Amino acid sequence: MAEPLLEVKDLKVHFPTEDGLVKAVDGVSFAVSPGETLGVVGESGSGKSVTFLTVLGLINRKSAKVSGQVLFRGQDLLKLPVDELRNVRGSKISMIFQDPMTSLHPYYKVGNQIGEAIRAHQRVSKKEAFSQAVEMLRRVGIPRPQERASQYPHEFSGGMRQRAMIAMALSLNPDLLIADEPTTALDVTVQAQILDLIDRLKQEFDAAVVIITHDLGVVAEHCDDIMVMYAGKPAEYGDRRDIYYAAHHPYTWGLLQSIARLDQEQQERLQPIKGLPPSLIFVPPGCPFHPRCPYVMDVCKVEVPQLLPANGHHASACHLTLEEKDRIFKEEVMARR
Amino acid sequence: MIRYLIRRVLFLILVLWIVSGLTFLIFVKLPPGDPARRAAGRTSTPQTIHAARIALGLDKPVYVQYLRFAKGLIPWPGFFLNKQVYYSWSDFVPISENIYSKLPVDITLTLGAAVVWLLMGLPIGVVSAIRRRSIFDRSGMIFALLGVSLPVFWLAYVFLYVFWFKLHLVPGSGIPQGMSVLRAAFHGSFILPWVVLSLAFAAFYARMTRANLIETMSEDYIRTARAKGLSERRVIFKHGLRSALTPIVTMFGMDVGVLLGGAVITETVFNLDGIARYAIQSIRRNDFPAVMGVTVFASFFIVVANLLVDVVYAFLDPRVRYS
Repeated sequence: MAEPLLEVKDLKVHFPTEDGLVKAVDGVSFAVSPGETLGVVGESGSGKSVTFLTVLGLINRKSAKVSGQVLFRGQDLLKLPVDELRNVRGSKISMIFQDPMTSLHPYYKVGNQIGEAIRAHQRVSKKEAFSQAVEMLRRVGIPRPQERASQYPHEFSGGMRQRAMIAMALSLNPDLLIADEPTTALDVTVQAQILDLIDRLKQEFDAAVVIITHDLGVVAEHCDDIMVMYAGKPAEYGDRRDIYYAAHHPYTWGLLQSIARLDQEQQERLQPIKGLPPSLIFVPPGCPFHPRCPYVMDVCKVEVPQLLPANGHHASACHLTLEEKDRIFKEEVMARR
Repeated sequence: MIRYLIRRVLFLILVLWIVSGLTFLIFVKLPPGDPARRAAGRTSTPQTIHAARIALGLDKPVYVQYLRFAKGLIPWPGFFLNKQVYYSWSDFVPISENIYSKLPVDITLTLGAAVVWLLMGLPIGVVSAIRRRSIFDRSGMIFALLGVSLPVFWLAYVFLYVFWFKLHLVPGSGIPQGMSVLRAAFHGSFILPWVVLSLAFAAFYARMTRANLIETMSEDYIRTARAKGLSERRVIFKHGLRSALTPIVTMFGMDVGVLLGGAVITETVFNLDGIARYAIQSIRRNDFPAVMGVTVFASFFIVVANLLVDVVYAFLDPRVRYS
């Protein structure tokens, strides 16, 4: 297996607040290999965004307690001095965010904002950076890029803005692109376009991609590996086929079962997961999912399950045995689909 | 663009018309006493009073009287504050002459104070926002509280006492006899007035800048700027402050516009011959054309400032331009 590009080991991000210690990320470990796409799935509050904001150092160090390791090409980003970290941001690891309307500065032309990203890392003139920006806009499929680069963000449509953000993120040919809910704020029709664009550009730019989303449908088509997160901890990790055809965690089962299907007769009501996500201050003891789990056992209430690999690199943090997991998946989860 | 400007000019005339109408009502129709008698002076006879009445147009019906003043509203040379109607009942000179001779004082006062309050308020606001809850922030906000709470008339006398009387650092109040306003400014006569006048504004601007910058720094585009790898200084100034300052610019335009019409307490305490003090005198002397003239003049400045501020805002915020 290739040397991993990004390796996160036991990352914990805790925020001390007046109400208590918010354990936003509580022991997450994963790896991203060059050229691969990792999908990170979870509900709001599962810690998926905070994990990657911490990777890039965008979490305010003064208000958070961060422990663990974030190894990018072997270098621990958490220990890097600020100016070196800035070199990494934007040029080696880039991130795009959920709402492209508010993520671009309303007062500056789009071309100049992209140019600014370029000039932060390369010594080029403003004109040169601007023409590189125009070229990037063309590569992300924006028509009449020369004209568009001289326009302001509010003159772009939602899908175009996200394309512009992607252009900005890829302008310095990073090794890793992190896309935090890139399609959540967009129309369904545009979502597919953007995801296809990311796939295509990934090939062209030879980059690894992380897609953070709460939408299992998004991950299904576009990701090689998937990590399911719950309450700041990883619940399951595996490749696409493992998760969809051999899932081993009750939370994943719940997610799979709650997908609305257009191709089935409307026989049963949608099956949501019972209960609500837990508070990150008062996380349930043992397995954080146990209050909502239909297969809960006594040990689940006491002991935190570790993310243990079953076969290959498919791993799930659950106390059920492998046989039980396989059985339950076949009989109960697959049957309903 | 041209249509926009024409609309704004018409709006200007409308505002002047309303303001002058209200002023007319308040000062002509409401007060007791007979202006003609007052204008005729102490040793007045019925004939002189009658002559004064005719000369001042007080024998004509109310609306005609008003219309004479209304003609002076048109912001065009020859019409604006025309010499026939806007003629002082007390010192028998055209109002415009009085106003224009006192205007340099207010311009100097306003511009100087504006520079001081921007140089004081903005940096304090920015540093307070960046270093929140630090010693600097706390003391900056205490300064702001004091600046806004301490009354100008008290501050002025205290400063005069300390810096002029005790320490002899600045010249006393008033413009020395014979000196032009400009020379007086270099002489130092305006230093205390500038400081005293600007304190409240500096305090207010510090608070506003701080609040705006804190809010702006929590916007999504700041996160994007950091994710791009920009230096923190660039993120704060080019991305954060640029957005935060736009409403401040608007406020600044309005403040300058209002101040150009005079700062009454400052002028009075420091014995500066400005428009606001003149307005108060005129009210006391029941010199209605003067009151009307000053009011119209000040309103003119405010409305023009309003217009300029809108144009500048469109220049600063591209989202506003196409509406």
